[in-house]
Amino acid sequence: MLAKRIIPCLDVREGRVVKGVQFEDLVDAGDPVEAASRYDLEGADELTFLDITASHENRDTILDVVRRTAEAVFIPLTVGGGIRTNEDIRRLLNAGADKVGINTAAVFRPEFVQEASSRFGSQCIVVAIDAKCVEKDAHGQPIRWQIFTHGGRKPTGLDAVDWAQRMENYGAGEILLTSMDRDGTKIGYDLALTRAIAQATTIPVIASGGVGTLQHMLEGLQQGGADAVLAASIFHFRQHTIPECKLFLQNRGIEVRL
Amino acid sequence: MITVIDYGSGNLRSVAKALEKSGGRVLVSQRPEDIRQADRILLPGVGAFGDCRLNLEKAQLIEPVLQHIQAGKPFLGICVGMQLLFGEGHEFGIHPGLNLFSGKVVAFDKTMPDPHNPAMMLKVPHMGWNRVRQNRPHPLWAGIPQESFFYFVHSYHGLPDQPECTVGTSVYGIPFCAAIARDNLFATQFHPEKSQNLGLKILENFLSWSP
Repeated sequence: MLAKRIIPCLDVREGRVVKGVQFEDLVDAGDPVEAASRYDLEGADELTFLDITASHENRDTILDVVRRTAEAVFIPLTVGGGIRTNEDIRRLLNAGADKVGINTAAVFRPEFVQEASSRFGSQCIVVAIDAKCVEKDAHGQPIRWQIFTHGGRKPTGLDAVDWAQRMENYGAGEILLTSMDRDGTKIGYDLALTRAIAQATTIPVIASGGVGTLQHMLEGLQQGGADAVLAASIFHFRQHTIPECKLFLQNRGIEVRL
Repeated sequence: MITVIDYGSGNLRSVAKALEKSGGRVLVSQRPEDIRQADRILLPGVGAFGDCRLNLEKAQLIEPVLQHIQAGKPFLGICVGMQLLFGEGHEFGIHPGLNLFSGKVVAFDKTMPDPHNPAMMLKVPHMGWNRVRQNRPHPLWAGIPQESFFYFVHSYHGLPDQPECTVGTSVYGIPFCAAIARDNLFATQFHPEKSQNLGLKILENFLSWSP
């Protein structure tokens, strides 16, 4: 049986891991390769680097990080952040990344996902979707979500479920779904959103945004129907280790790789 | 020396680094003469079956690969590099394979409900870590516990006509062929280079294999 995947995410800026709360008060937290190796050793199923380097001239620092990681870590590595062209993708894959996450560029020009998946194959194209609730039912349950850009500040008018289906049709191999309402809150994933996207598509969905406890991960997989869960702070701040997380899930009937 | 065949199928750095980590001296090449001189060959493969076949042909690598295999030298195929060994591939039309294993490569059924969660359709690609049952002992399985997890990412799988060629089976909706072997050929649908220590163990076993 296919195991549910636990994916630690590292925010990387100018070649260093940074930690903060909702991208504020960022502090240097060391070498990404060391952090990646530690997660690998602990039994992470994949790794994700989110490159948040702001200045254009320092964008190549991520390539060096990816190269060094690929020499030390033999589990799949996804790199996201600022990917706009096939050339950006080619350079990351050649450096040793296995998948790339496309976010804003897909919103601005959806055909980019088509071009990228036909050039490199769907298996390495992850479309990152940042969604926010725009309508709730009488009981206060979210029922409709839109795609937002700029860290959740800019609405696009695109319905999240329609968008996810369109991205699948355009060749996305996987969806990294982040609830902008929950991101950084530690109150759990938006399970209704996760479930809506997981049921509307036939590609794997990674749930992200809002994890504060191991119970939240269980809910994302069970009630949300996600194929994988991504988490940053719960692992970074050593609140839980990966083996703790996997044992917790296994004891509750989830197939994990231990 | 092990030669990793470069025929434009994407990221070969991971596989080269994994082989080095497993103790191999690695050459990544697309020159037919390098393939002819290789002691061992690894055929990777990412992308569509037809494109991969076409790229191999264009680089004039089919002949040297077949000669290597006929000479009885060790050969390892990974992912589409395994699928290409079959008779034909049914991805975007029907394309001929190298026909070293009679059989075909077919798609997972996307319209099938997920047996573990009937509210969902089976997600395709089959992506992630799955258990592999070793159908019989093989030198490349040495030191690998039964039912170990390996990393998969694929939407198609091989259906060999001769079931005895299947040396590893996984289950995703249906049981499917996760590893195939005969004589000096071994091939995996999963990615040993992405499957952490046990994946590296398979590569290490390949490097010392004398079929």
